[in-house]
Amino acid sequence: MATILAVDDSASMRQMVAFTLKGAGHTVTEAADGQAALDLAKRQKFDLVLSDVNMPRMDGITLARELRALPSFKFVPILMLTTEGGMNKKQEGKAAGATGWIVKPFNPEQLLATIKRVMG
Amino acid sequence: MSIDMEQFKTTFIEESLEGLDIMESVLLEMQPGEAEADEVDNIFRAAHSIKGGSATFGFQDITQFTHVVETLLDQVRSGQRAVTQEAIDLFLQSVDIVRDMLASAQEGFDIDQAQVAAVQAGLERMLNSTPASEPAAATPSDDGATDEHEHGTSGEAAAPAGGGWAITFKPFPDMLRSGNDVVRLFRELAELGEFRAEADLSAMPALVDMAPEEACISWQVTLRGEIPREAVAEIFEWVDDECELTIHPLDEAAALTPVTAAEPETTAVAEAPVVQAAPPAAERRSSERRKSRSAGAESSSIRVSIDKVDALINMVGELVITQSMLSQLGEDLTLDKVERLKDGLSELERNTRELQENVMSIRMLPISFAFNRFPRMAHDLSSKLGKQVELKMSGEQTELDKTVMEKIGDPLVHLVRNAIDHGIEAPEARRAAGKAETGTVHLNAYHQGGNILIEIRDDGAGLDRERILAKAVERGLIGASEGAGLSDAAVYAFLFEPGFSTAAVVSDVSGRGVGMDVVKRNITALGGAIDVQSSPGEGSTFTIRLPLTLAILDGQLVRVGEQTFIVPLVSIIESLQMEQGRVNAIAGAAELYKLREDYLPIIRLYDAFDLRPDSTNLTDGLLVVVEGNGRQAGLLVDDLLGQQQVVIKSLETNFKKVEGLSGATILGDGTVALIVDIGGIIQLSQGGGQTRAGSAAA
Repeated sequence: MATILAVDDSASMRQMVAFTLKGAGHTVTEAADGQAALDLAKRQKFDLVLSDVNMPRMDGITLARELRALPSFKFVPILMLTTEGGMNKKQEGKAAGATGWIVKPFNPEQLLATIKRVMG
Repeated sequence: MSIDMEQFKTTFIEESLEGLDIMESVLLEMQPGEAEADEVDNIFRAAHSIKGGSATFGFQDITQFTHVVETLLDQVRSGQRAVTQEAIDLFLQSVDIVRDMLASAQEGFDIDQAQVAAVQAGLERMLNSTPASEPAAATPSDDGATDEHEHGTSGEAAAPAGGGWAITFKPFPDMLRSGNDVVRLFRELAELGEFRAEADLSAMPALVDMAPEEACISWQVTLRGEIPREAVAEIFEWVDDECELTIHPLDEAAALTPVTAAEPETTAVAEAPVVQAAPPAAERRSSERRKSRSAGAESSSIRVSIDKVDALINMVGELVITQSMLSQLGEDLTLDKVERLKDGLSELERNTRELQENVMSIRMLPISFAFNRFPRMAHDLSSKLGKQVELKMSGEQTELDKTVMEKIGDPLVHLVRNAIDHGIEAPEARRAAGKAETGTVHLNAYHQGGNILIEIRDDGAGLDRERILAKAVERGLIGASEGAGLSDAAVYAFLFEPGFSTAAVVSDVSGRGVGMDVVKRNITALGGAIDVQSSPGEGSTFTIRLPLTLAILDGQLVRVGEQTFIVPLVSIIESLQMEQGRVNAIAGAAELYKLREDYLPIIRLYDAFDLRPDSTNLTDGLLVVVEGNGRQAGLLVDDLLGQQQVVIKSLETNFKKVEGLSGATILGDGTVALIVDIGGIIQLSQGGGQTRAGSAAA
């Protein structure tokens, strides 16, 4: 099972994501914004990063760019959690190095299905 | 796997309320025409999170409503829309609406749909009004070219029966750098049908030149089976701008030349302005939610700063070290080690004390939690009343127990409202009095001793002594001639009498029944006190004094027979030995003790609690003079013991409510001591004396 870094400034979203993933047997570390996630990523290796886009301090797109610059995160899947209208955010995310995205709102089943897509 | 979304809703509601508070405070500071990027970002982010969360957790009404707000804010953020006063007001109203929606979701009452509709109409009018150039150019321009190559959907959209798809897939060299992986894509394709891939190695460089991080192989994939095109497109959704991709029905594949892939059709759906379907949990939300939280405004969870938690963990660490040191010492304790044992024990004492202090501090929150609503209130009230009011706040970081905080909110609202409504004069009146047209209301909080003091100070007209006196006479509180002799403090104290309002005109804002008596009662219930100072023409100051926490009490231990009671130190005025000559027994009623000029009712605690005292003789015992609920009395006890801080344990939760007692505590020697409810016991004794206080006390 995978070690997953879940980044969102909304505590309820983090709770939901973490609860779902833990229920599926993954190990989850939470971060409340991009900067906190980046600090964690510099000390620890993760198999997957799930990140919200709009966050204080450091947004998800900058986080993706910064993570890709770390040697240990060159190929680690990074999924952005975006809202349905955010087509340009998806493109921006991709340009910054994100692997893909999950469209909000999603339910736990959809989240797990997407994770399965990435992790196999 | 099914997960109940209910459990996250509480967190969602709490964080959304915080988000709304942020929106509100930013909006209140915002001036038309000059929005700072930071400010707008902040409110946009809050609205965005609320919308996202509400959609996820099944609050469609909130999603729909905030969607419009978010769109408008996004236009402001991207500079397409100017910030007008109208927009600020609309956003503020929207904050109220969403707050109501959250409260209704939480507590299950109905919200004012007419008001929602009105604000929503206002928002939509605004959305349609100014030509906020619709973000048609939202897709990055470099993608523009591929968008033109929209696939003809007619022939291809339907899956050819029994057919399949021919896919040419040529990853750009950088594709792997986005964390995407050809193997993963193929694995997914293989799940859809019969999968076969041929690699085209022509672009592969010699081994020495090969960059392992770059994709260099192209693929011809045949996928057989009855598979919708969307399913195939979806698998390539994340990489379609990082590769050349063609997807054709198998039978036509040979005839067609490769074309660069366009957006998969799915995005057309995503961009349409539809309200998304609710997550499955939505249906069962209302009934369960109501159960999960009581209607009371006191929330049961608490936000604690991470620093406090870290400090606790640190201290527990130290405690563990001390403990292990002591247990090592204990294994082979010899007399020469007694010094070290003493050191260890004093270390343990220090650890315990620090831990106690820090655990208590977890319940403490900065008073800004209670103050935060006032800027908005002052803003709304003053414009409603046609006054100019500046609200100043200081000491917002002063910490206060969470329970106290929740209960002090309403009294504070009342006092601030009064200050603006009755205290501050209209601009003309202020000008006539030679004052600045803008009045000031100053909220200040600070610590003093074991108390927290909250001041509400206005620079308005001050209290009208004559009018208060006239009203007091009218209500029969004093005789017509008594007024002149009273001190200002005594006159102002009438304000806290039930039903006492001096407002000449009962305005829409205040003077609607809930009076200052309720304010005082609430504060007293918290073990606090309120007093007033005022000078005509210069303004008034209401000062609230509250204990820092409700969980710990400074107590005076007193002994009655075998039993130890605790009298809250704040209620004690003095203690004395009685002289027989000053005792007056009134037949059939209470005994009174003449203390200086006053007569104090004597309450024999042993009698109230049905105990056997050392002596029933008044002069053998001690009289503890106490005050509660504005009345004084003397408690007869056998002896005064020490003073100490005690942790209050509720009798109601552990036993049952006992009249005359407010709780219990466990003393250092393990015995239980009962805490005397001063207000309650005075009430009991003056109710005629026939009611015995809890006979369960022994």
